[in-house]
Amino acid sequence: MPALLEARNVTKIYGGGRFSRTPGMVALDDFSFRVEDDQPTITAIVGESGSGKTTLARLLLGLTEPTSGQILYRDQDMSRLTGESRKRFLREVQVIFQDPYEVYNPFYKVDHVLSTPIAKFKLASSKQQARALMEETLNAVGLRPEETLGRHPHQLSGGQRQRIMVARALLLQPRLIIADEPVSMVDASLRATILESLRQMHLKYDISILYITHDLTTAYQISDNILVMYRGQVAEAGDVDLVVKQPQHPYTQLLIQSIPQPDPDRAWGHYELPADAARPVVTGGAFCRFVNRCPHAMEICRTTNPPLYRTDEHRAAACFLYRESPALDRADLDQVLTDPARNLTPTGT
Amino acid sequence: MNPAILDVRDLVVHYETSRGPVQAVNGISFTLREGERLGLVGESGSGKSTMALALMRLIRPPGRIVSGEVLLEGENLVTYSEEAMRRVRLGRIALVAQGAMNSLNPVLRVKQQIADGLADHRVRLSSRELDERVRDLLESVGLRRDVANMYPHELSGGMKQRVCIAIAISLRPKLIIADEPTSALDVVVQRQVMDTLLKVQEDLGASIILIGHDMGLMAQVVDRIGIMYAGNLAEVSGVHDLFRVPLHPYSKLLIASLPSLEVKGAFQGIPGLPPSLLNRPVGCSFRSRCPFAMDRCAVVEPLLREVEPARRVACHLY
Repeated sequence: MPALLEARNVTKIYGGGRFSRTPGMVALDDFSFRVEDDQPTITAIVGESGSGKTTLARLLLGLTEPTSGQILYRDQDMSRLTGESRKRFLREVQVIFQDPYEVYNPFYKVDHVLSTPIAKFKLASSKQQARALMEETLNAVGLRPEETLGRHPHQLSGGQRQRIMVARALLLQPRLIIADEPVSMVDASLRATILESLRQMHLKYDISILYITHDLTTAYQISDNILVMYRGQVAEAGDVDLVVKQPQHPYTQLLIQSIPQPDPDRAWGHYELPADAARPVVTGGAFCRFVNRCPHAMEICRTTNPPLYRTDEHRAAACFLYRESPALDRADLDQVLTDPARNLTPTGT
Repeated sequence: MNPAILDVRDLVVHYETSRGPVQAVNGISFTLREGERLGLVGESGSGKSTMALALMRLIRPPGRIVSGEVLLEGENLVTYSEEAMRRVRLGRIALVAQGAMNSLNPVLRVKQQIADGLADHRVRLSSRELDERVRDLLESVGLRRDVANMYPHELSGGMKQRVCIAIAISLRPKLIIADEPTSALDVVVQRQVMDTLLKVQEDLGASIILIGHDMGLMAQVVDRIGIMYAGNLAEVSGVHDLFRVPLHPYSKLLIASLPSLEVKGAFQGIPGLPPSLLNRPVGCSFRSRCPFAMDRCAVVEPLLREVEPARRVACHLY
């Protein structure tokens, strides 16, 4: 069965064209990933700035084209989608962006972001039906329609606006929602509420969610699988419990140690970055992307880019520390991602 | 106990609008001791950044300090002339603002930007002394000396933020106010920048007010936390006490809303919204979201009182 959405050996390079004096910046480097249609999952894509996570979102949405490789929607190349299939894509794949303040047109009432898709996709046959549909979706994300509809964006809080965006995505009954940092601009007390409405949509309507974030903690809370990105490549990927509880890639380990825990008794610890670590982002080429920050760097790391090693059934890490384990083609990453059905029963606790 | 360096008494800051004053800071009092690290946390609109600006007397119209005192080493800054206040800024109180790294001048070398602050505060140095001073400052924030001759675009975000810290400490201030100093940085870099900030703070023997909304960062960094809600302090407690047994209902819910890397599904949001600061409700401003609200909360505004040793809470439950 073809995947709903698939990235196949995708590389995206910015700049560095024929007339450029500088090499291009490799934002995403030989990346493969599938979102299945029949197995809804929540997958987190985690990485710091410059890891390629937003580039990935833009590629999957068809907002930018890969330099090499393919983005496929139901086995059709994204750049060649036309007519019905394009319309179907626009309906089945929805997005929630980071900034709930910038996605609204301040001149329109917030109803506009809900009524437009209803009109475009002919979701309702009468005004009453459209109104009922809007109220229903607002209720589904925990907003009271009477406090939301008829207002202008500036009259609502950031959390309310972001939940309206979730409602808008839900309205179209998509198969996949790509959420790019959906809670990084809302207050802590509202984060849980918004993430919970995303998870409810996954559970109730079998919608897959790609949760793109820099926040490992919320990623751990809501996802089944996680991909840790570093400078355009997958550093470690697999079952979220494995990756977070027993991280294997030195970068994942560093990332987890660096998260300030809300517990004063668990000290942060000290870590000194090697002196050259702050150099500009280096991407592409035959060396481990993490080598200049890695405490375990070996000779081979400077001359060869490590492949993914399958260290567990449900996890792979791109690090030569694990070269005893079988190598895994980057294109076959989905083999280690867990079947969400397994997660219906509580895992390993 | 160390003597107090800063004593804020009943500070009120309003922003005037056509629909009436927005009561951003509504009568806040606290004391900061020498060498102490105080955290001020709160969600957006709780008044925490307004507090930071008010302490520096940087509130611009339509905002104004309506009443209250800001006593720095016993002197009330609210009554200072603008010229006297200009000397206090950077000299005695330094601010590391949110996204401070974007405030560096892109066409000046780092050295020049450090020198500007010194010159403005009438520190006269020969060019050799200046080079030495700049080198010492950069080294104290963990940067190589050749950074002095670089332009901001040649530096990473974390390095720029450290340059800002170097500028902030260039006149050895007694108080550093850091308003979300690391919110634009990745967690790994955040830890380095915080380490740097705390090290220079200790070297100077300065006090620090860290403003932010990241409770994890607060838990790791500060001695005492003030939890702000709708322009008031809801609770001020030692960091260990607060995380072990939060007293104010808002503190309880806020701590419960933090996602953890240990237990799944254990975090939940706080229902409801903070009140409008234009029409502040009578009584407790948290009562519409409070699971413990009583009749009294709708009538009488609870005041911040010491309910346990070294713990102050504004709630009728205590």
